[in-house]
Amino acid sequence: MTQLLAPGHRMCAGCGDALATKFALKGAGDRCIVVSPTGCIEVSTTPYPESSWNVPWIHSLFDNAGAVAAGIEWGLKKLGKKEDTTVMVIAGDGATFDIGLQAMSGAFERGHDMVYVCVDNEAYMNTGIQRSGATPYDASTTTSPAGKVSFGNPLPKKNMPAIMADHGSPYVATASIAYAKDAIRKVARAAEIEGPAYIQIHAPCCTGWKFDSSKTVEVGRLAVEAGLWPMYEMIDGRIEKAKKIRDRKPVEEYLRMQGRFKHLFTMEGGEEEIARIQAIADWNAEYYEME
Amino acid sequence: MKVIHAAIVKPGTTLVNKTGGWRTFMPECNYELCNGCGICETYCPDSVIVKDGDRYAPNLDYCKGCGICANVCPKDAITMILEGK
Repeated sequence: MTQLLAPGHRMCAGCGDALATKFALKGAGDRCIVVSPTGCIEVSTTPYPESSWNVPWIHSLFDNAGAVAAGIEWGLKKLGKKEDTTVMVIAGDGATFDIGLQAMSGAFERGHDMVYVCVDNEAYMNTGIQRSGATPYDASTTTSPAGKVSFGNPLPKKNMPAIMADHGSPYVATASIAYAKDAIRKVARAAEIEGPAYIQIHAPCCTGWKFDSSKTVEVGRLAVEAGLWPMYEMIDGRIEKAKKIRDRKPVEEYLRMQGRFKHLFTMEGGEEEIARIQAIADWNAEYYEME
Repeated sequence: MKVIHAAIVKPGTTLVNKTGGWRTFMPECNYELCNGCGICETYCPDSVIVKDGDRYAPNLDYCKGCGICANVCPKDAITMILEGK
């Protein structure tokens, strides 16, 4: 079978986004139309006049992927050509959490039959690691740098899956590139379900998070094992099947692997900050019943 | 004045861009240890590992040498070696 995302794209060596895109396409199959707003995936897969995509693909603006996907879905329905075609958005976290939220919110409110895949690498990596609404607490980015007066990003990560579930989405799920089968299955399930589905795939970024390119999958797995990335499915707003974690690992192990958290181990008061991040993991474990 | 609203290009055409030139380290597989599980193929971000008969091999034209395959291999069959000229 030909790969739906051909090699030769310009994503970094060891890119988590490339894996997330690959799994999303595997889940949706070749009968899909993809909309990508601006982001790493868009710029690196389509340097004109080339394209990595082996499925119909369109680039929307940064802020209107939801509206473009809605238009495609509506058009297909009016022409009587919707059948089993999946309309899928593959967007980054900046285009989902911040810039594209209004168009996406409208599309979910109207209930278009589409799959919205958010590839979450926790900052604007394409433009050079700026903080987004998805950046976790205390991560150092170029717009939230750690230094004498700051431990990095002072705000918690926005709970996007809950926001989308509150729109009345029939299917919301979180997945990770470190669990390929699970991610593929969730996208396939979302494509089958009628209505707007939202899937957020955790995609470690070796360039922005500052770790070796070979460790992308390892870092993704540690985030899940430390309880910082709960993996669950929400059917009609109700949490179902959160992944159970046996012997949850301390968050320190996850933080230590990444340069964006390096300051927590060198700065005075870093231990208290690590304890705060551990508290986030503990809250997740209790809320999502992971143990 | 000619206005171009959108561009349609052929699918899968990034194949002309051989990203193998980015590589410093290349994966080398010890097929005595390899059990053919295919985990390396699943986790290759560039989809360059392909099944060749009953074994998996990377397409070095496109392999960027990230080393994920060597890291995820459960049998430690893959090692990253410095590529000489």
